Amino acid sequence: MLSLILLASQSCYSVEVEFNNYVFVAGDQSLQHWLLPIRVPTPENNPQSIDKINLGKMLFFDPRLSGDSNMSCATCHNPLLGWSDNLVVARGYKSQVLTRATPSIINAAYNNLQMWDGRMNSLEAQALAPMTSALEMHADLTKKIALLNNINGYVIAFDKAFPGETINKKTMAMAIASFERTVISDNSNFDAWVKGDKSALSANEVMGFKLFVDPNKGNCAVCHSAPNFTDDGFHNIGLASFAQSEPDLGRYTQRPLKLMKGAFKTPTLRDVALSAPFFHDGSAQTLAQVVEHYSEGGKIKINLSPNFQANSLTPDEASAIVSFLHTLTSPHEPIMLPKLPQ
Amino acid sequence: MKLIALVILPLSLFSAGSFAEEFVVSQKNKSFSEDKIIINVGDTVNFLNKDPFFHNIFSLSDEQYFDLGSYPKDESRSVVFDSPGTIEVECAIHSNMFLLIEVNKSADNK
Repeated sequence: MLSLILLASQSCYSVEVEFNNYVFVAGDQSLQHWLLPIRVPTPENNPQSIDKINLGKMLFFDPRLSGDSNMSCATCHNPLLGWSDNLVVARGYKSQVLTRATPSIINAAYNNLQMWDGRMNSLEAQALAPMTSALEMHADLTKKIALLNNINGYVIAFDKAFPGETINKKTMAMAIASFERTVISDNSNFDAWVKGDKSALSANEVMGFKLFVDPNKGNCAVCHSAPNFTDDGFHNIGLASFAQSEPDLGRYTQRPLKLMKGAFKTPTLRDVALSAPFFHDGSAQTLAQVVEHYSEGGKIKINLSPNFQANSLTPDEASAIVSFLHTLTSPHEPIMLPKLPQ
Repeated sequence: MKLIALVILPLSLFSAGSFAEEFVVSQKNKSFSEDKIIINVGDTVNFLNKDPFFHNIFSLSDEQYFDLGSYPKDESRSVVFDSPGTIEVECAIHSNMFLLIEVNKSADNK
């Protein structure tokens, strides 16, 4: 006899609220899943410490950690430009043009996977990849570790952050990851409205949020889901660049499944207004162009994500969604640059 | 493994001299209903989507490769597991979803 056994739900990492269950009133219980956890996700083997964060900040901003000693992590992940670079696609070693836009590192701490194609599974794994990439920072890490060992300020900083350990790839990566976990956006006007401040959003911005989550309108939240405005997922969204003769296959390089051809990671939308241009190929200059792209159902309708659908928004509806997206910017404190030891 | 329901279907299926079982693993809130299940060779697992959007369940495991394609809420796709081993199952779309299926030879559980 064939028996059917239904296995029960044990845990979930996110809560899906169906559109019909939303109440679009400031502070309503149905909105609370949009607030980020107060504690930033941190691996057990790399707990945050002030000394690690300070060291990581120095490493992040130090141009000497590149092949020509003229590029730092912050060259592309520039805090003055939303922790990105405002370029269509990134420029790498000797300013060569790369193939993808620089992703912002805002709220990267909340990502399950890093990089547009998700090839890195932690900030620690990701931290040194651009540094050693021949196309990007082009650094010889053996030489760079020797350099750090010859700078007394760094020797002291590493010893404080990692007592008894050497300066090595692992400690460098742990420090940089610790700093990146401080680059957080969780205090926007939208967050204030979710917490109950009626005056934090205008009526048009609330309408924009309603359209954002409505599956028959914006349908944005199906991928840009709570609380970090991402589903940690990968989608082909019909960009024109997928029709090129040898398109960037994105996630397919990591998971060779048909649906993943031309699929890229869903970026967070928190602080999105700070990091134009948009999409992995930098093909949208404005958020209005982004919303228009989705409204028309994409440009190349081949291998589209099944969760993507044309929604034919009116101009007013599209405008309201753009207004809402601007409410996701947090009022950040000015960045204090570190003094680098010499 | 927590069981909340046992439904007997009016079908018979014999595999290697034992009763084959059919399991349902649902997908809800971008999560599998189980982190790990233990089954026997010949058993079937139905992957039931309970989320209001598509999932695409697959495994690249050497023991059993499958790509169930994408399917919406309240639809399911099934896989008969015909080789012993540990199968890693993911959703192509949602990277947080992960399930281990330990497939034993039928005699192992006797």
